Amino acid sequence: VNAPELSNDHLGTVELRIPSKPEWVAVARLAVAAIANRLPFSVEEIEDLKLAIAEACTICIQQGSGIKTIDIICDAATSHLRVEVRDDRYRNLGALGGAKRPTMSVAEGEGLGIFLIQALMDNLEYNVDPQYGTELVMTKRVGA
Amino acid sequence: VGSNGFGSGNGSPRFLPFRSPERHYAKRHVGDILDIKVHVRESDDDAYVVELGGEIDVYTSPKVKDAITELIDQGHYNLVIDLEKVRYIDSTGLGVLIGGLKRVREHGGTVNLVCTNPQIKKIFDITGLVKIFGIFDDEAAAKKALA
Repeated sequence: VNAPELSNDHLGTVELRIPSKPEWVAVARLAVAAIANRLPFSVEEIEDLKLAIAEACTICIQQGSGIKTIDIICDAATSHLRVEVRDDRYRNLGALGGAKRPTMSVAEGEGLGIFLIQALMDNLEYNVDPQYGTELVMTKRVGA
Repeated sequence: VGSNGFGSGNGSPRFLPFRSPERHYAKRHVGDILDIKVHVRESDDDAYVVELGGEIDVYTSPKVKDAITELIDQGHYNLVIDLEKVRYIDSTGLGVLIGGLKRVREHGGTVNLVCTNPQIKKIFDITGLVKIFGIFDDEAAAKKALA
Protein backbone atom coordinates (compact mmCIF):
# COMPACT_ATOMS: atom_id res chain seq x y z
CA VAL A 1 0.00 0.00 0.00
CA ASN A 2 1.49 3.29 -1.05
CA ALA A 3 1.99 6.16 1.38
CA PRO A 4 -1.24 8.10 1.63
CA GLU A 5 -1.83 11.66 0.57
CA LEU A 6 -2.98 13.42 3.69
CA SER A 7 -6.40 14.92 3.41
CA ASN A 8 -7.13 18.63 3.79
CA ASP A 9 -8.76 18.03 7.14
CA HIS A 10 -5.79 16.09 8.53
CA LEU A 11 -5.33 16.73 12.27
CA GLY A 12 -2.30 14.66 13.14
CA THR A 13 -0.55 11.33 13.04
CA VAL A 14 -0.01 9.03 16.00
CA GLU A 15 2.35 6.08 15.76
CA LEU A 16 2.47 3.16 18.17
CA ARG A 17 4.77 0.15 18.11
CA ILE A 18 3.82 -2.88 20.19
CA PRO A 19 5.54 -6.24 20.70
CA SER A 20 3.84 -8.83 18.52
CA LYS A 21 2.47 -10.73 21.48
CA PRO A 22 -1.19 -11.34 22.36
CA GLU A 23 -0.96 -9.50 25.69
CA TRP A 24 -0.18 -6.21 23.92
CA VAL A 25 -3.12 -6.20 21.53
CA ALA A 26 -5.34 -4.63 24.20
CA VAL A 27 -2.92 -1.70 24.37
CA ALA A 28 -3.30 -1.05 20.64
CA ARG A 29 -7.05 -1.34 20.95
CA LEU A 30 -7.27 1.16 23.79
CA ALA A 31 -4.83 3.59 22.18
CA VAL A 32 -6.85 3.70 18.97
CA ALA A 33 -10.03 4.14 21.00
CA ALA A 34 -8.45 7.13 22.74
CA ILE A 35 -7.49 8.65 19.38
CA ALA A 36 -10.94 8.00 17.94
CA ASN A 37 -12.40 9.66 21.01
CA ARG A 38 -10.72 12.91 19.92
CA LEU A 39 -12.80 12.79 16.74
CA PRO A 40 -16.57 13.08 16.51
CA PHE A 41 -17.12 9.32 16.33
CA SER A 42 -20.08 7.80 18.13
CA VAL A 43 -19.50 5.28 20.92
CA GLU A 44 -20.61 2.51 18.58
CA GLU A 45 -18.16 3.62 15.88
CA ILE A 46 -15.34 3.65 18.43
CA GLU A 47 -16.23 0.09 19.44
CA ASP A 48 -16.09 -0.89 15.75
CA LEU A 49 -12.63 0.68 15.44
CA LYS A 50 -11.37 -1.09 18.54
CA LEU A 51 -12.43 -4.45 17.20
CA ALA A 52 -11.05 -3.79 13.71
CA ILE A 53 -7.63 -2.74 15.01
CA ALA A 54 -7.45 -5.70 17.39
CA GLU A 55 -8.35 -8.04 14.53
CA ALA A 56 -5.59 -6.54 12.39
CA CYS A 57 -3.02 -6.99 15.16
CA THR A 58 -4.23 -10.54 15.74
CA ILE A 59 -3.79 -11.33 12.04
CA CYS A 60 -0.21 -9.98 12.18
CA ILE A 61 0.55 -12.17 15.22
CA GLN A 62 -1.06 -15.28 13.81
CA GLN A 63 0.41 -14.94 10.32
CA GLY A 64 3.93 -13.96 11.18
CA SER A 65 6.35 -16.40 12.66
CA GLY A 66 9.43 -14.60 13.90
CA ILE A 67 8.01 -11.08 13.82
CA LYS A 68 8.90 -8.97 16.81
CA THR A 69 6.85 -5.81 16.57
CA ILE A 70 3.69 -4.39 15.04
CA ASP A 71 3.32 -0.76 14.01
CA ILE A 72 -0.04 0.98 14.32
CA ILE A 73 -0.09 4.32 12.52
CA CYS A 74 -3.18 6.47 12.89
CA ASP A 75 -3.87 9.43 10.61
CA ALA A 76 -6.62 11.44 12.26
CA ALA A 77 -8.78 13.84 10.27
CA THR A 78 -12.01 15.58 11.14
CA SER A 79 -13.89 13.40 8.69
CA HIS A 80 -12.18 10.04 9.18
CA LEU A 81 -9.53 7.92 10.87
CA ARG A 82 -7.09 5.99 8.72
CA VAL A 83 -5.10 3.26 10.45
CA GLU A 84 -2.16 1.29 9.09
CA VAL A 85 -1.20 -1.91 10.87
CA ARG A 86 1.94 -3.71 9.73
CA ASP A 87 4.43 -6.18 11.09
CA ASP A 88 8.18 -5.57 11.16
CA ARG A 89 8.86 -7.78 8.14
CA TYR A 90 6.66 -5.56 6.02
CA ARG A 91 8.22 -2.44 7.53
CA ASN A 92 11.68 -3.71 6.65
CA LEU A 93 10.57 -4.27 3.08
CA GLY A 94 9.71 -0.59 2.93
CA ALA A 95 13.23 0.26 4.10
CA LEU A 96 14.65 -1.77 1.20
CA GLY A 97 12.93 0.50 -1.28
CA GLY A 98 9.82 0.38 -3.35
CA ALA A 99 11.21 -2.03 -5.93
CA LYS A 100 11.30 -4.89 -3.49
CA ARG A 101 7.89 -4.30 -2.05
CA PRO A 102 5.43 -6.92 -3.20
CA THR A 103 2.49 -6.00 -5.32
CA MET A 104 -0.78 -6.16 -3.48
CA SER A 105 -1.79 -9.74 -3.13
CA VAL A 106 -4.51 -11.27 -1.10
CA ALA A 107 -3.85 -14.50 0.66
CA GLU A 108 -6.84 -16.77 0.90
CA GLY A 109 -8.40 -17.98 4.07
CA GLU A 110 -7.64 -15.31 6.63
CA GLY A 111 -11.07 -16.04 7.93
CA LEU A 112 -13.24 -14.23 10.36
CA GLY A 113 -10.77 -11.45 11.21
CA ILE A 114 -10.61 -9.95 7.71
CA PHE A 115 -14.34 -10.42 7.31
CA LEU A 116 -15.02 -8.49 10.51
CA ILE A 117 -12.69 -5.63 9.55
CA GLN A 118 -14.37 -5.34 6.17
CA ALA A 119 -17.75 -5.23 7.84
CA LEU A 120 -16.81 -2.68 10.49
CA MET A 121 -14.65 -0.28 8.49
CA ASP A 122 -15.50 1.76 5.40
CA ASN A 123 -12.38 0.77 3.49
CA LEU A 124 -9.77 -1.95 3.81
CA GLU A 125 -6.67 -2.76 1.79
CA TYR A 126 -4.47 -5.56 2.94
CA ASN A 127 -1.60 -7.78 2.10
CA VAL A 128 -1.22 -10.94 4.09
CA ASP A 129 1.75 -12.74 2.67
CA PRO A 130 3.65 -15.52 4.44
CA GLN A 131 6.86 -14.43 2.72
CA TYR A 132 6.70 -10.65 2.88
CA GLY A 133 4.67 -9.99 5.99
CA THR A 134 1.34 -8.46 6.81
CA GLU A 135 -0.02 -4.99 6.22
CA LEU A 136 -3.57 -3.77 6.64
CA VAL A 137 -4.73 -0.25 5.90
CA MET A 138 -8.23 0.69 6.92
CA THR A 139 -10.35 3.81 7.09
CA LYS A 140 -13.46 4.65 9.02
CA ARG A 141 -15.43 7.77 8.19
CA VAL A 142 -17.17 9.77 10.88
CA GLY A 143 -20.90 9.19 10.88
CA ALA A 144 -20.83 6.93 7.82
CA VAL B 1 13.95 11.47 53.62
CA GLY B 2 16.27 8.60 52.88
CA SER B 3 17.44 7.62 49.49
CA ASN B 4 14.87 4.87 49.33
CA GLY B 5 12.12 7.45 49.49
CA PHE B 6 10.41 6.01 52.55
CA GLY B 7 11.46 8.52 55.19
CA SER B 8 14.00 6.39 57.01
CA GLY B 9 16.95 8.76 56.57
CA ASN B 10 17.16 10.31 60.06
CA GLY B 11 15.31 7.67 62.00
CA SER B 12 12.21 9.86 62.18
CA PRO B 13 9.60 8.70 59.74
CA ARG B 14 8.02 12.10 59.20
CA PHE B 15 6.92 11.21 55.72
CA LEU B 16 4.96 8.03 55.41
CA PRO B 17 5.24 6.13 52.16
CA PHE B 18 2.31 6.76 49.89
CA ARG B 19 2.06 3.02 49.42
CA SER B 20 3.53 0.10 51.28
CA PRO B 21 6.98 -1.20 50.33
CA GLU B 22 5.46 -4.66 49.85
CA ARG B 23 3.11 -3.36 47.26
CA HIS B 24 5.75 -1.14 45.75
CA TYR B 25 8.11 -4.05 45.21
CA ALA B 26 5.50 -6.70 44.37
CA LYS B 27 6.54 -8.30 41.11
CA ARG B 28 3.97 -7.83 38.42
CA HIS B 29 4.22 -9.07 34.88
CA VAL B 30 2.05 -8.27 31.93
CA GLY B 31 1.22 -11.97 31.73
CA ASP B 32 -0.20 -11.93 35.26
CA ILE B 33 -3.03 -9.62 34.37
CA LEU B 34 -5.74 -11.44 32.49
CA ASP B 35 -8.83 -9.35 31.98
CA ILE B 36 -11.12 -12.36 31.90
CA LYS B 37 -13.18 -14.12 34.51
CA VAL B 38 -14.37 -17.68 33.95
CA HIS B 39 -16.80 -19.28 36.37
CA VAL B 40 -18.24 -22.73 35.74
CA ARG B 41 -21.17 -24.11 37.71
CA GLU B 42 -23.54 -27.03 37.40
CA SER B 43 -27.14 -26.13 36.91
CA ASP B 44 -29.99 -28.07 38.52
CA ASP B 45 -31.05 -29.62 35.23
CA ASP B 46 -27.97 -31.44 33.96
CA ALA B 47 -26.62 -28.41 32.14
CA TYR B 48 -23.45 -26.53 32.89
CA VAL B 49 -23.27 -22.76 32.93
CA VAL B 50 -20.05 -20.98 31.99
CA GLU B 51 -20.14 -17.39 33.17
CA LEU B 52 -17.62 -15.18 31.42
CA GLY B 53 -16.65 -11.65 32.34
CA GLY B 54 -14.22 -9.10 30.95
CA GLU B 55 -12.63 -9.10 27.52
CA ILE B 56 -12.25 -12.13 25.25
CA ASP B 57 -9.45 -11.58 22.78
CA VAL B 58 -6.37 -13.29 21.36
CA TYR B 59 -4.75 -13.15 24.79
CA THR B 60 -7.60 -14.27 27.01
CA SER B 61 -9.48 -16.69 24.74
CA PRO B 62 -7.19 -19.67 25.55
CA LYS B 63 -8.44 -19.53 29.14
CA VAL B 64 -12.05 -19.66 27.91
CA LYS B 65 -11.16 -22.50 25.55
CA ASP B 66 -9.58 -24.48 28.39
CA ALA B 67 -12.72 -24.17 30.54
CA ILE B 68 -15.04 -25.26 27.73
CA THR B 69 -12.74 -28.08 26.61
CA GLU B 70 -12.50 -29.40 30.16
CA LEU B 71 -16.29 -29.54 30.47
CA ILE B 72 -16.67 -31.36 27.17
CA ASP B 73 -13.87 -33.78 28.04
CA GLN B 74 -15.78 -34.59 31.23
CA GLY B 75 -18.81 -35.52 29.12
CA HIS B 76 -20.93 -32.39 29.57
CA TYR B 77 -22.51 -31.60 26.22
CA ASN B 78 -25.28 -29.16 27.14
CA LEU B 79 -23.76 -25.81 27.91
CA VAL B 80 -25.02 -22.32 28.57
CA ILE B 81 -22.37 -19.67 28.08
CA ASP B 82 -23.28 -16.44 29.83
CA LEU B 83 -21.76 -13.41 28.09
CA GLU B 84 -23.63 -10.80 30.13
CA LYS B 85 -20.49 -9.54 31.83
CA VAL B 86 -18.35 -9.66 28.70
CA ARG B 87 -17.44 -6.19 27.48
CA TYR B 88 -15.59 -7.23 24.35
CA ILE B 89 -15.19 -10.27 22.11
CA ASP B 90 -13.16 -10.69 18.94
CA SER B 91 -12.81 -13.37 16.27
CA THR B 92 -10.60 -15.57 18.46
CA GLY B 93 -13.33 -15.57 21.11
CA LEU B 94 -15.94 -16.39 18.48
CA GLY B 95 -13.65 -19.18 17.28
CA VAL B 96 -13.57 -20.70 20.75
CA LEU B 97 -17.37 -20.64 20.97
CA ILE B 98 -17.74 -22.16 17.49
CA GLY B 99 -15.19 -24.87 18.35
CA GLY B 100 -17.11 -25.72 21.50
CA LEU B 101 -20.41 -25.88 19.64
CA LYS B 102 -18.93 -28.18 17.00
CA ARG B 103 -17.64 -30.59 19.63
CA VAL B 104 -20.85 -30.79 21.67
CA ARG B 105 -22.95 -31.27 18.55
CA GLU B 106 -20.92 -34.37 17.73
CA HIS B 107 -22.39 -35.79 20.95
CA GLY B 108 -25.93 -34.54 20.40
CA GLY B 109 -25.49 -31.55 22.70
CA THR B 110 -25.68 -27.83 22.15
CA VAL B 111 -24.38 -24.48 23.34
CA ASN B 112 -26.76 -21.64 24.09
CA LEU B 113 -25.60 -18.13 24.79
CA VAL B 114 -26.91 -15.45 27.13
CA CYS B 115 -26.23 -12.03 25.70
CA THR B 116 -28.02 -8.69 25.70
CA ASN B 117 -25.07 -6.36 25.01
CA PRO B 118 -25.95 -4.74 21.66
CA GLN B 119 -22.31 -4.35 20.59
CA ILE B 120 -21.61 -8.05 21.12
CA LYS B 121 -24.90 -9.10 19.55
CA LYS B 122 -23.91 -6.99 16.55
CA ILE B 123 -20.76 -9.12 16.10
CA PHE B 124 -22.88 -12.28 16.12
CA ASP B 125 -25.19 -10.61 13.60
CA ILE B 126 -22.42 -9.52 11.23
CA THR B 127 -20.80 -12.94 11.23
CA GLY B 128 -24.09 -14.80 10.80
CA LEU B 129 -23.53 -16.67 14.04
CA VAL B 130 -27.01 -15.68 15.24
CA LYS B 131 -28.24 -18.46 12.98
CA ILE B 132 -25.91 -21.03 14.51
CA PHE B 133 -26.12 -20.23 18.22
CA GLY B 134 -29.23 -19.88 20.28
CA ILE B 135 -28.88 -16.42 21.84
CA PHE B 136 -31.13 -15.60 24.79
CA ASP B 137 -31.77 -12.66 27.07
CA ASP B 138 -31.43 -14.61 30.31
CA GLU B 139 -30.08 -17.85 31.69
CA ALA B 140 -33.49 -19.39 32.35
CA ALA B 141 -34.51 -19.05 28.71
CA ALA B 142 -31.15 -20.40 27.52
CA LYS B 143 -31.45 -23.44 29.79
CA LYS B 144 -35.07 -24.08 28.84
CA ALA B 145 -34.08 -24.15 25.16
CA LEU B 146 -31.47 -26.86 25.86
CA ALA B 147 -34.15 -29.33 26.79
